[in-house]
Amino acid sequence: MTEVVATNETILVVGGGISGMTAALEAAETGKQVVLVEKRPYLGGRVSQLYKYFPKLCHPTCGLEINQRRAKMNPNLTILTMAEVTGLEGEAGNYTATVKLSPRYVNDNCTACGECAKAVEAEFDNEYDYGMSKRKGAYLPHVMAHPMQYVLDPRIIGTDDAQKAKDACKYDAIDLDMEEREIKFPCGAVVWATGWQPYDAAKIQPYGYDRYENVITNVEFERMADPKGPTGGKIVRPSDGKEAKNVAFIQCAGSRDRNHLFHCSRICCMASLKQTHYVTEAYEDAQVTIYYIDIRAIDRFEDFYQKVKAKDNVTFTKSKVANIITDKDGNPICRGVDTEGYNRYENTHDLVVLATGMEPSVTKADFPVDIVINREGFIEPDPANGAVFAAGVASDALDVNRAVQNATGAALKAIQVVNRVAGAEG
Amino acid sequence: MSDMNTAMVEKYRSNFLKEVEANVEEGQWVKMCMQCGVCSGSCPLGPYWAHPPQEIFMMIRAGKREEVLSSDSMWMCTSCYNCIVRCPRELPITHIMHGLATYAKKLGLVPKNQPTAQFSQIFWDNMMKKGRVNELKLGLSLYFKDGFGQGIKNALANQKLGMNMMKAKRMSAAEFFGGHGVKDVAGLQKMIKKAEEIEAAKLEANK
Ligand SMILES: Cc1cc2nc3c(=O)[nH]c(=O)nc-3n(C[C@H](O)[C@H](O)[C@H](O)COP(=O)(O)OP(=O)(O)OC[C@H]3O[C@@H](n4cnc5c(N)ncnc54)[C@H](O)[C@@H]3O)c2cc1C
Ligand code: SF4
Ligand code: SF4
Repeated sequence: MTEVVATNETILVVGGGISGMTAALEAAETGKQVVLVEKRPYLGGRVSQLYKYFPKLCHPTCGLEINQRRAKMNPNLTILTMAEVTGLEGEAGNYTATVKLSPRYVNDNCTACGECAKAVEAEFDNEYDYGMSKRKGAYLPHVMAHPMQYVLDPRIIGTDDAQKAKDACKYDAIDLDMEEREIKFPCGAVVWATGWQPYDAAKIQPYGYDRYENVITNVEFERMADPKGPTGGKIVRPSDGKEAKNVAFIQCAGSRDRNHLFHCSRICCMASLKQTHYVTEAYEDAQVTIYYIDIRAIDRFEDFYQKVKAKDNVTFTKSKVANIITDKDGNPICRGVDTEGYNRYENTHDLVVLATGMEPSVTKADFPVDIVINREGFIEPDPANGAVFAAGVASDALDVNRAVQNATGAALKAIQVVNRVAGAEG
Repeated sequence: MSDMNTAMVEKYRSNFLKEVEANVEEGQWVKMCMQCGVCSGSCPLGPYWAHPPQEIFMMIRAGKREEVLSSDSMWMCTSCYNCIVRCPRELPITHIMHGLATYAKKLGLVPKNQPTAQFSQIFWDNMMKKGRVNELKLGLSLYFKDGFGQGIKNALANQKLGMNMMKAKRMSAAEFFGGHGVKDVAGLQKMIKKAEEIEAAKLEANK
């Protein structure tokens, strides 16, 4: 099925998050040939896992839907999902990319009717919900997934479940003989948009993320607030399912800390301010405490910050929490010393949300190309990178608005390279 | 007030931070503190300090010279290193605390009868005699630092501890008569004296 027609005037985009989609679409809409390679079975990346966007508090699905429509309508764009770039050889204007395609075991006949999922018994942690829920061994990654096709988990291949799934499909969409494949194709320029992953909160030992059930991360909290998420949108404690009305946010959990991430992740202050809305909207008698070093609500976000600050059930405590302990009921207790009076505190909450930062999803050792990476792990613009241009969070910790602007810039750089190639070839 | 203190007040009149940067070991780190509070919250003795490290650093920047140098806070540091391990900015907090204590001592600003300061002096004097600490004599000097009567009381109260230390060979009664030392005591003393001279000259030059 996946035939890739490409030349050295083709632009390769690696990563199909909001940044990669933007770069790919911008380039394709100027008439360039673009191949978009995404590791997951669907496009959208991390924003597809957010409940709402700051600052407008609208749903990310809306923006993603527009992009998906643009993608469907554009004949210049080839999308490869469950695909990873494993090699890139050559130089600006003349690269050969090697891409590994993992089998989906489902072909284009799939209508997303869901009969296969009903037939399958095995369940696995749902990565879309950061493991807070289970999904079947045959599954649709999420309700708005693009492409809208089911996937078979490779762990059921060879088991009865695989056959059950195949038998249940009325459209002959399940192909158990699919295998991993490797393809090679030429391209002239590359946009690298592999984004981020949440910093591993368990590494911040004094916060006990790995020990306390009622200490969770901000990405998990996004899933929790989502009506399509693991709790049906209810803000509750993982330990006992009780309503979590007294919620604490700990800022810079991992970021701005030389023991963890050097950089400020830039979005987590705004993410916590946004998530404060989730709590205050869910419960009239909500109590939110935000522990912070300083609030980084840049530019027009200042307004958003001031509005949250004005709420009388939201407390801002200027202090990085030193450690968390729990009481016998599993209530997390935040301990520390504040900076406005140097008062020692021990505050009990129902739930603590760690505002964990973003770290680059690809480590230096895993880049298939030689690339200049800064101390923080992000790609530096550098002539030594040839025609590989970083976009979105692969280049720096950015919010969606800035990631998208950055991606458009990267697309332009890539277009300039393939235009030069076209010019030279006449 | 010592002459050195008067000279330093004269020189750095309105800039205590500069004074700390120039004269306190690791003092140049103070300005790097971002006031997050993790050090204060992680300090096991924090609740007993007048000013936790984070506050001390702010006080230095705010020019509260008298309060800082005559405070007993930095003398409360037990060198557990919790703060250094946790500080997001890698400030060598423990070392700065010791640096501040040392500087306060050089200027003659240590609060009267500060027990840690007293202990440090006794420890130093003890160690300088033979190049090694004489545990028995150290214990005795400590017990008797507040007079003979109190000394006997202290010794009796800690009798069991002393016996156990002897049993475990952590202390020996024979230490009373001389005790062990390094091979070249005179050499060591000369070396330390030289180091002290260099330090004093540095301080003098900064006056
Ligand atoms: C808790 C939280 C809340 C947030 N809320 C908001 C908000 O409300 N508003 C806002 O503006 N921003 C928000 N952000 C920031 C936002 O999530 C990012 O700006 C956005 O995800 C950046 O998109 P991206 O495409 O650069 O990266 P990603 O979303 O990470 O996309 C990268 C894509 O690349 C793919 N990929 C990775 N490696 C490979 C590989 N080797 N080969 C192929 N593909 C690969 C990934 O699967 C992924 O699909 C939030 C962040 C957090 C942590
Ligand atoms: S955005 Fe806020 S919470 Fe996130 S690292 Fe920066 S200062 Fe800390
Ligand atoms: S932990 Fe470090 S940065 Fe934070 S207040 Fe203490 S010294 Fe300052």
